[in-house]
Amino acid sequence: MHDTRLNDFSFKIATVNGTGSASANNLLMQSIFRMGIPVSGKNIFPSNIQGLPTWYEIRVSKDGYTARPSEIDLVVALNNETYAKDVATVRPGGYLLYDSSWPLDADLVRDDITILGVPFGKMCVEAFEKDRDRTLLRNIAYVGALAALLEIDMDVIHEALTEKFSKKKALLDSNFRAIRLGYDYARAHYECPLPFRLARMQENANSVLMDGNTASALGAVYAGATVGAWYPITPATSLMEAFKEFCEKFRVDKATGERKFCIIQAEDELSAAGIVIGACWAGARAFTSTAGPGISLMQEFIGLAYYTETPAVFFDVQRAGPSTGMPTRTQQGDLLSIAYASHGDTKHIMLFPANPEECFYAAARAFDLAERFQTPVFVVSDLDIGMNDWMCKRLQWDDSYRPDRGKLLGAAELDKIGKFSRYLDVDGDGIAARTLPGLNAKGAFFTRGSGHDKYGAYTEEAPAYQDVLDRIARKIAGAASAVPGPQLHAQDGAEIGIVSLGGCHAAVLEALDRLREQGVAVDYMRIRGFPFDQPVTDFLNAHETIFVVEQNRDAQLRSLLAIETGMPRDRMTPVLDYGGLPLTARVVIDAVTAHAHKPAGAAV
Amino acid sequence: MTSIAKPPVRHPGLKKNALGLTTRDYEGAMSTLCAGCGHDSVTAALIQAFWELDVPPHRAAKMSGIGCSSKTTAYFMKQSHGFNSVHGRMPSVASGANGANRDLVYIGVSGDGDSLSIGLGQMCHAIRRNVNMLYVLENNGVYGLTKGQFSASSDVGSTSKRGEANMQPPIDPVLLALTLGATFVARGFSGDKPQLVPIIKAGLRHSGFAMLDVISPCVSFNDHEGSTKSYKYTREHEVEIADVDFVPLRKEITVPEGAEGQVSVTMHDGSVVRFRKTGEDYDPTSRENAYEHVRACQKRGEVATGLLFIDEHGEDMHALNKTVAQPLSELPYEALCPGSDALAKLMEDYR
Repeated sequence: MHDTRLNDFSFKIATVNGTGSASANNLLMQSIFRMGIPVSGKNIFPSNIQGLPTWYEIRVSKDGYTARPSEIDLVVALNNETYAKDVATVRPGGYLLYDSSWPLDADLVRDDITILGVPFGKMCVEAFEKDRDRTLLRNIAYVGALAALLEIDMDVIHEALTEKFSKKKALLDSNFRAIRLGYDYARAHYECPLPFRLARMQENANSVLMDGNTASALGAVYAGATVGAWYPITPATSLMEAFKEFCEKFRVDKATGERKFCIIQAEDELSAAGIVIGACWAGARAFTSTAGPGISLMQEFIGLAYYTETPAVFFDVQRAGPSTGMPTRTQQGDLLSIAYASHGDTKHIMLFPANPEECFYAAARAFDLAERFQTPVFVVSDLDIGMNDWMCKRLQWDDSYRPDRGKLLGAAELDKIGKFSRYLDVDGDGIAARTLPGLNAKGAFFTRGSGHDKYGAYTEEAPAYQDVLDRIARKIAGAASAVPGPQLHAQDGAEIGIVSLGGCHAAVLEALDRLREQGVAVDYMRIRGFPFDQPVTDFLNAHETIFVVEQNRDAQLRSLLAIETGMPRDRMTPVLDYGGLPLTARVVIDAVTAHAHKPAGAAV
Repeated sequence: MTSIAKPPVRHPGLKKNALGLTTRDYEGAMSTLCAGCGHDSVTAALIQAFWELDVPPHRAAKMSGIGCSSKTTAYFMKQSHGFNSVHGRMPSVASGANGANRDLVYIGVSGDGDSLSIGLGQMCHAIRRNVNMLYVLENNGVYGLTKGQFSASSDVGSTSKRGEANMQPPIDPVLLALTLGATFVARGFSGDKPQLVPIIKAGLRHSGFAMLDVISPCVSFNDHEGSTKSYKYTREHEVEIADVDFVPLRKEITVPEGAEGQVSVTMHDGSVVRFRKTGEDYDPTSRENAYEHVRACQKRGEVATGLLFIDEHGEDMHALNKTVAQPLSELPYEALCPGSDALAKLMEDYR
């Protein structure tokens, strides 16, 4: 490397779970972010509290790419267990930073990379007295070495650390001392900075670093949700915890301590779903946060909400399945199990945010859709979006917003009408008016999951039963134009079309740029909601070659497209990545270039 | 068909409650259960109790799961909202509804299959959560709707109609509720309406989860020789521990004062439940005492009925949560949304 690359590189830190590296990695992210440079981080962690290997990948991208990097320029290898594997992931010509307190095994040396040793362990043993400090501070000292090698502003690091330890002066001092040790050693022994390094930018004034679960929780707060029910599950736990935190901040009466929310940690996901449905039935905005195993358990209740036409909001932060699968790895494996969840004929509204910013707005919108269409709505994200810190635009709120409660009759409105029949479609849009228990004797109705007619009465008569079922189908079909439509990225002369969704979006966007540089023009349609609206079908019909990029084994999005639009499955080439890690642009680029029949450049 | 309306003819001399309603106003659709079903007697007792308590029907929410018992919510108070949900999961739906609107009077009706098999976990956790509701478990020791299988409350040795004997030990919801910390535990018999009505009233007024197990014989599948939940067996083996009288605060106390060995319990809302002990000393405010009594009766092959335990000092779900007094479902949006300025300020924490 002779040229200096500014603000465009990636590095990875390999450590042992539970040894303090999480705060060091956050500090690195925050410091780079505060230097005004676009940055994103992917935490690749084990399903474990302490002892197993964990990695943190940080991507610095002056162009604002947020996908997982396709290659790693620098690896910080601090875990002996994974050392061999970690050395192998450095790109040729890249760098490896290791703890030189111990001699390096000759077998683990690569001659196509530069190996830098810093005796983090030894320095910390010499500088600190307590065993605990010696271990934990070793994992903050590398921040200093990286600061020297990459030119992270030490003042910014100090400022961030000061905020973090504002009430623990002793910790601030010891942490910064450890950072200083790493910094000074690297400066004294190596030519700093490396050929790739940071330089201040002004890109982040309107950005924040936030994970999707936090954003979703905020969306629920702003939508006016008051009841949350859940069962702890990775990677959805932090969503309800964030909701609780925000409610405690914004919804507790300072004088009386009274709370304008009710969060119930249920005995399981079945109960969580039941609580949400009961609360929505009684008039609150309620939701649950869960992952694939929870969705499996909630199936029966989802069908109840669908058939009784009770609003309910479900956040599914997808993880790698099937079964327990890999709880701390990402995937998009729940698409089919949600789309038609529960026995019998059903179809459910889904929203697919692609990043934390979209989680916030999708969350708020989900409550409106659930009440307007009186049906379960699923905000489908994934572990990568939900748990990783993404750089995204500051969230904003329009104070003129008022909840869309749909056809919800109040006591006065009930008084005005002759007779209230719960499932009667008065105006032909497939949506019948509902009311809430306790308002008015006239509005009283019997909600049942058993066969019912349009008046809400029990029935086993075929026409009366089918009448309701057909109306619900019309209602859900009507939701296609109310969910966010596909986002289209068109290029002149493109004959190839890519379809993708959610967490794949960032990698696909990056791939589009790289492909264009190679002379391959590609149109891209990002699915943002389900059921699909006409533009989705139109896009498929308009392209001879279609790639469907998604993170599951069975091409679930492709199946949904085939089922719902009638497009033959084999007209759509699946691009599948389901190993549990966030998608890289490389996967998309390779798939398209391998399948593209046209010679490079012809499509421009 | 659960939606057969009853003829609207009314006797002009029917008594009216404080709301000017007669018991007919608390009725529901025609029952489709078998003639003589114990559940219909429970329904009649519920109608009587709600009428006597002057509960406006539209302010009550009837929650149920699946099974013969769960169908009965359609057979009383047609002017109330009802939610016939999924099998064994009524407690969670009721928890959520109560979470959203704490001001309604919640009555859950369930059965031994719904509560003690498929829904055992849900029932237990609703007890732990102390959801403010009356939970009526219509217990017939058999799966009626699927025609006669044993349930989790079938006694060891009881035989099915086909003659098979049950060999698995039963779950007693009363003992279970006592163990789980329920703040109101009672048992009645569908054939004893004078005892049942006051217990139901007390349970409705109780602040917290009120467990009421009602032995309710199944005439089609479990009312034969060999059944321990038949009319005959229950009548012969029922041991009533206490005559219960429920005395709402605003009504004159009509029960004769000073009966021997009388225990009064002041309910959360100030109303009073009186027990007249029959025979042995019985203290319904002692959980241990209740447990021992039920076990002792069991050993003698007897069924302890009456209000077995009550604790009016327990905190219900909302008290534990410190929820505002106004139902969450009625809070205006403006009271819930922190607004754009707060969001802008919050964003500074994410830099």
